[in-house]
Amino acid sequence: MLIAIFSAFVVAVFVQPLFKFSKKRAGAILSLLPLMLFLYFAYNTSAVLSGQLQFETYEWIPSLGIHIAFVMDGIGLLFSLIITGIGTVIFLYAGSYMQDYKYMNRFYIYIIIFMASMLGVVLSDNFLVLFVFWELTSISSYLLIGFNHHKEESRYSALQALLITGTGGLALLAGLILLSIASGTFSVSELLASGIDLSDSELYVPIVILIFLGAFTKSAQFPFHFWLPNAMTAPTPVSAYLHSATMVKAGIFLLARFNPVLGGTELWQDTLLIVGTVTMVIGGALSIKQSDLKKLLAYTTVSVLGTLTMLIGIGTELAIKAFTIYLIAHALYKATLFLVSGTIDHETGTRNVDKLSGLRTFMPITAITAILASLSKMGIIPLVGFVGKETVYASILELSDFGTIIIFLAILANAFIVVVTLLVGFKPFLGKFKDLQRKIHEAPFAMWAGPLILAVLGLLFGLIPQYIFASLIDQTALSIISKTIALKVKLWHGFNTIFFLSVLTVAMGILLFYFRIKIFSILISIKFVPYFKPSFWYDYILKGVMTTARAQTLLLQNGYLRYYIIFILLTFLTLSGYVLFVHESFDTISLDLHITFYEIALSILIIVAVGITIHSKSRLTAVTAIGIVGFSIGIVFIIYGAPDLALTQFAIEILTVILFVLVIYKLPRYLRFSSLSGRIRDLIIASAVGVTMFFVVLLITSAEMSSELKQFFADVSMPDGKGRNIVNVILVDFRAFDTMGELVVLAIAALGVYALLKLKLGNGK
Amino acid sequence: MKSLTNILLVAPILLPFLSAIIMLSAWKKIKFQRVMNLFASGVAVMASLAIMQKVRADGILVLHVGGWQAPFGISIVIDLLSAIMVVITAVIAFVTAIYSIHTIDPEREAFGFYPLLQFLLMGINGAFITGDLFNLYVWFEVMLISSFVLIALGGRKDQLEGAIKYVTLNLLASAIFLAAAGIIYGLAGTLNMADLARKLPLLNNDTMLNLVSVMFLISFGIKSALFPFFFWLPASYHTPPAAVSAIFAGLLTKVGVYALIRVFTLIFTHDVNFTHTVLLVLAGLTMLSGVLGAATQMDFRRILSFHIISQIGYMIMGLALNSPLALAGGIFYIMHHVIVKTNLFFVSGMVNKFEGSYRLKSLGGVFKASPVLSLLFFIPAMSLAGIPPLSGFWAKFTVAKAGFDLEQYFIVGVSLLVGALTLYSMTKIWNEVFWKDKPDSIQNNNTKESWSSVKLYLPLAILSLITIIIGFNAEPFLNLAINAAHQLLNPQEYIKIVLGS
Repeated sequence: MLIAIFSAFVVAVFVQPLFKFSKKRAGAILSLLPLMLFLYFAYNTSAVLSGQLQFETYEWIPSLGIHIAFVMDGIGLLFSLIITGIGTVIFLYAGSYMQDYKYMNRFYIYIIIFMASMLGVVLSDNFLVLFVFWELTSISSYLLIGFNHHKEESRYSALQALLITGTGGLALLAGLILLSIASGTFSVSELLASGIDLSDSELYVPIVILIFLGAFTKSAQFPFHFWLPNAMTAPTPVSAYLHSATMVKAGIFLLARFNPVLGGTELWQDTLLIVGTVTMVIGGALSIKQSDLKKLLAYTTVSVLGTLTMLIGIGTELAIKAFTIYLIAHALYKATLFLVSGTIDHETGTRNVDKLSGLRTFMPITAITAILASLSKMGIIPLVGFVGKETVYASILELSDFGTIIIFLAILANAFIVVVTLLVGFKPFLGKFKDLQRKIHEAPFAMWAGPLILAVLGLLFGLIPQYIFASLIDQTALSIISKTIALKVKLWHGFNTIFFLSVLTVAMGILLFYFRIKIFSILISIKFVPYFKPSFWYDYILKGVMTTARAQTLLLQNGYLRYYIIFILLTFLTLSGYVLFVHESFDTISLDLHITFYEIALSILIIVAVGITIHSKSRLTAVTAIGIVGFSIGIVFIIYGAPDLALTQFAIEILTVILFVLVIYKLPRYLRFSSLSGRIRDLIIASAVGVTMFFVVLLITSAEMSSELKQFFADVSMPDGKGRNIVNVILVDFRAFDTMGELVVLAIAALGVYALLKLKLGNGK
Repeated sequence: MKSLTNILLVAPILLPFLSAIIMLSAWKKIKFQRVMNLFASGVAVMASLAIMQKVRADGILVLHVGGWQAPFGISIVIDLLSAIMVVITAVIAFVTAIYSIHTIDPEREAFGFYPLLQFLLMGINGAFITGDLFNLYVWFEVMLISSFVLIALGGRKDQLEGAIKYVTLNLLASAIFLAAAGIIYGLAGTLNMADLARKLPLLNNDTMLNLVSVMFLISFGIKSALFPFFFWLPASYHTPPAAVSAIFAGLLTKVGVYALIRVFTLIFTHDVNFTHTVLLVLAGLTMLSGVLGAATQMDFRRILSFHIISQIGYMIMGLALNSPLALAGGIFYIMHHVIVKTNLFFVSGMVNKFEGSYRLKSLGGVFKASPVLSLLFFIPAMSLAGIPPLSGFWAKFTVAKAGFDLEQYFIVGVSLLVGALTLYSMTKIWNEVFWKDKPDSIQNNNTKESWSSVKLYLPLAILSLITIIIGFNAEPFLNLAINAAHQLLNPQEYIKIVLGS
C-alpha cells in the first residue's frame, strides 16, 4: 500500500516532463496511474472481502510512537476503489476538458497529489499518519479550488475552504492527540484490539467534539456547509472528484473509522443523527434557488453528505447497509452529473440552467449518460440509486423515537434532490433547443466515455445488487460496527411501505419542480435573515478577528519608542512588584548601613544633578549635569577603595562631555515635544523603577556574600598572573576573553561610525 | 589531540573572528571578501558538524579559556543545545553567504558588509557556547553592535529610524542584563553558570532569586522578542537588505531564546511555579499578539517579522511547560523555525529584486512568472503554518502533545488557534504576491532573464530541502532535541563536567 501511495507521488514529479513531451496525450497517459491503482485494489478485493485484512507497518518517528501503518479493510477498500475508479474517469476526462487551460500540468500535479493523499487517509491505520494525509488533501483542495487564481472569486473561495477545513483540521489534531493520550496509542487497530471503553475517560467528550469539528468541516456538515458550493469555482473535474466523490467524504470516512472506538454513546449517535438530518434538509432546501448547474449539484452533495452522517448516527445494521450502497450510488451518479455539466459548459459555454434546453440532438451520448445518472439520483427502479434510497428509508423507519419526523424530512430532502436532478439531468437535454449562437456538437471520446461507463455501472449495480454488494457490506460493517451482517441485498422488495414512500418522493419532486419558481419566491419573501446564514458568520468572525488584530497592533506597535520603553518598564515593575509583594517579611534588610557624611553629600549632589538634567532647557547644561553625576559616582568608587575604576570613570566622563560639546552646535535646535502630563507620567514610572532597583540592591547588600573568587584572585594574581594589580590581571588574563570581546565591540563601532558617515544610499533606492 | 579538540571548541568564535580580520585587511578587495566569506562560512559548517559529532559521542565539552579552572576563568561549554545552535548558525551563515553575493549592493559590500557579517556570527556563536554569564553579556554586545551597524548600513531614513529603535530597546536589555549580572554576582560571588547553578540553591533566598530572574527574563525577553518586549523587531526588520533581515530573522531572536532556555533550566529552577508560569503566560500572549500583528500587515517582510514573534511564543511555551517532551518540542521548533524563516525572508528579497517592492498591494503574478520561486515560497510557508508532513508540523505537534500530556489545555488551544491564523497569513501572501495578477497600474521593471536564474535560487532550495528532510525524516532531529532536553533538565551532569567533582 505504501508503494501504491508513494508511486503516485513519484508520478507527480514526472508530470512536468510528460507535458513537455505531449500536452494532448498527457491526460490519457496519466489516467493509467489511477487505473493501475484501481486494478491493484481490485486484485486485493477477494482477499479482503473474505476477511483477510492486509497490514503494513514501517517505522517512522519512534520517539513519538508514530509508525507508518496501513490497513486495507472493508471500508478502506471501498473508498480506495471509489478514489481510483472515479479517478481514472476524471483523469481521462480532464485530459480533454483542460486542453484550453494554460497550466494544465499544474492541475495534474495537484490532483495526483490529492489522489495519493486521499488514499493515504483511507488506508492509514495510524491516525496521526491519517491526519498528515488529511491535511494534504486540504492543501491540494485549496490549490485546486484556486486554480483560476486570476479571479478574485476563486481566491476567496479557496481561502474560505482552506480556513474552514484547516481550522477543523486543527481541532481534529487536538482530538487525535487527546485520543492518543486517553488510549496510549496512535493505531486504530490497536485501539480496537485493546477493547478499552473510552466513554469512561474524562477526555471522551472533548475528544468526540474535536473529532466532530474536523469531520463536519471537511464533509460540509451544517453549519460549515457553505464552503462547498463556493468551491465550485474550481475546474469541473475537481468538483466532480474532490468535492462530490471523494474528499468531502473524508469526514464521513473518519466518523466511520472511529465509530467502533468512540461510538455507541448518546453524544456520538444523537449528534450525528441530528447534524446529519439538518444538513440533509438544508442542503436540499438551499439547492433549488440555484441556477448554476454545478451549484445545484453542490447543494445536493451537501444533502447526501448529511444523509450519510445521519446513517452513521442511526448506526444499526440496516443503516450501515444503506450507508454502503448509498455511498457507492452517490459516487457513481454525482461524478457523472458533474462531468456532464462540465461537458455542457465546455460545448455550450454556459452552466446557467435557464439558458439550456434541447441539447439531446447535438449531444446524444451525453444525454443518455445524464439521464441514466439522473434516474439513479432520483431513485428510480432499477438503478442503484433506487436500492440506496430504499435502504435509507428502511433504516430510518426502524428508528423508534423520531422515525416519523426524520422519514418526513428525508422524503422532503429527496424531493428537493429530484427537483435538482430534473433541472440538471433532464432540462438541458429535453424540450426545444434554445440557440446559443455557437456550433454545438458531441464531446470528444475522452469526455463521454468515462461518464457513460459510470452511468452504466449505476444501472448494472442496480440490476444485480446481490452480487456486487453482499460481501462488501459485510466487510464494511465489520469496519464500522465491528460485526458482519447477514442482510440480503435485493432490487425488488415488493409493493411495501418503502416503495410507496419512494413513489411519493418522486411525485413530490415533480410537483415541486413545476412550482419551484413560486416556492422559490415565497422562500425569498420570508427573507432569510442574514444572521441565520453561517457564511455571514464566517465573514463576520473574520472581520472581527481583523478588527481585534488591528486594535491590538495599533495599541502595542504604535511607532513611539517612549511607549515601548514604558511597556517594558511597567512589565518590570509589575513582575518585581509582585515578587516583593508576596514576600512575607523584610526582616532580612538591615538598615544598619553606616552612612557617612560623604555619601550623603554625594547622594544629594547626584539627585540634584539628575534634576537639572531633566529640567534644563539647554543641551549644554544637561550634558554638564550628567557629567556631575558621573564624577560623583567616580568619587564613590574612590571612597570604596577602587581608584583605578574611578580613574576610568573620570576619563570616560571627561571624554563624553568634550565630545558632546564638540557636536552640540551641529545638532538641530533643542525642542521639547512632550506634554506636561506625559512628563509627569514618565517621572512616576522612572521613579518607581528607581525605587524598585533601590530595594533590590538593599536586599542583596543585606545578604551575606562569600566569594571564593576574591580569595583566589588575590592569591594567584602575582604568582601565576604575573601582576600586582588584581583588576588588571583579571582584565588581561583571568577574563581576557571578555576583554577581547569588548575590543571587538570597539572595532565594530569604529567601522560602523565610518560607514554611517561615508555611505548614504539614496532614499528612493 | 587535546589541543586540536580545544581549537575545535573555540572554532565557532575563532573562525569568524579571523576571517573578519583578514577581510578588514583586504578592505578594497571586494571579490576576495566574497570568496573569503563563503569559504569561512563553509569551513564553519564543517567545524560545527564536527562539534556536534563530538558532543554526541563524548557528552558535554568544556574548555577553560587561558587554562584557568572554573569558576575562576571563563569556560566554554558545549552541550547538545549549544551544538545544535552552532550548527544551525553555521548553516544559515553559509546560505546567507551565497545569497549575499547576488543580492547585496556593491556600496554596502565596499563598506565592510562581509566582515560585519562575520563579527555578527562571532557574537552569536560566542553567546551559544559560553558558560559564563558575564561573557554572555560581552557576546551580546558584539552581536548588538554589529547588528546595529548592519541595520543602519546604507543610511536610508527608514533604516536609521528602525536602527534607533532597535538599538535603544536592546541597550535597555543590556542595561538590565548588566544590572542583573551584578546582582547575581553580589548574591553568589560567581558568574560561571555551572557554579551559579550549584551555589544559588544554597542561598535559600527565593525572593531575591525571583527578582533577579525577572530581570533576566525581561532582558532576554527583549532579545528574543517576547510579549510585551518585541517592539524593536517589527520596527527594524523590514528596513535592511533582504540578506540582513533574513539572517537576523533566523538567528538573532533565537540567541535570546537560547539564553532564556539556558538560565531557566540551569540557574533559575528554584521556584518553577513562579518563573515558568510567568514564562507560560508571556508565551501565550506572544503567540497571540504576534500572529494578530501579522494579520494586519500588508508588507511582505512585516508579515514575516510579526510571525517571528508569534513563533518565539511556541518555543518559550516549550520551555515554560518544563517537561522533557515540551522542551524538546521547543528546541525542535527553533531548528525548524530558523531554517524556514530565513528562507521566507530570502524569498521576499527575491521578489523584491525582481519586482522592486515588498508591498502586497503592488505585487502579483509571481506564480506565473516563476513557478520555481513560488514552490520555494510555498514549501517554507506551509511548513511555517504547520502543514504536515513538513518540519513545522512536527514542531507544533510535539509542543501540543507535551502540553496535553501536562493537561495544559488552554495554552495548547491558543497555540493551535495561532496555527490557524498563521495559515491565514501565509495564504494572504500567497494570494496577493503569487496568485493575484499583477496590478495593471504597476510598471513592470524587471528583466525577463532574471526569473530563471538558477544560482539565485540555490540558497532557497537548500533551505527548502532541509525543511522537507526534517519533515519527512523527523526522527533523528526529534531524537536530538529530546536528548538535548534531557541534558538541560538534568543539569547535574553539566555542573559536574564544568566544575569537576
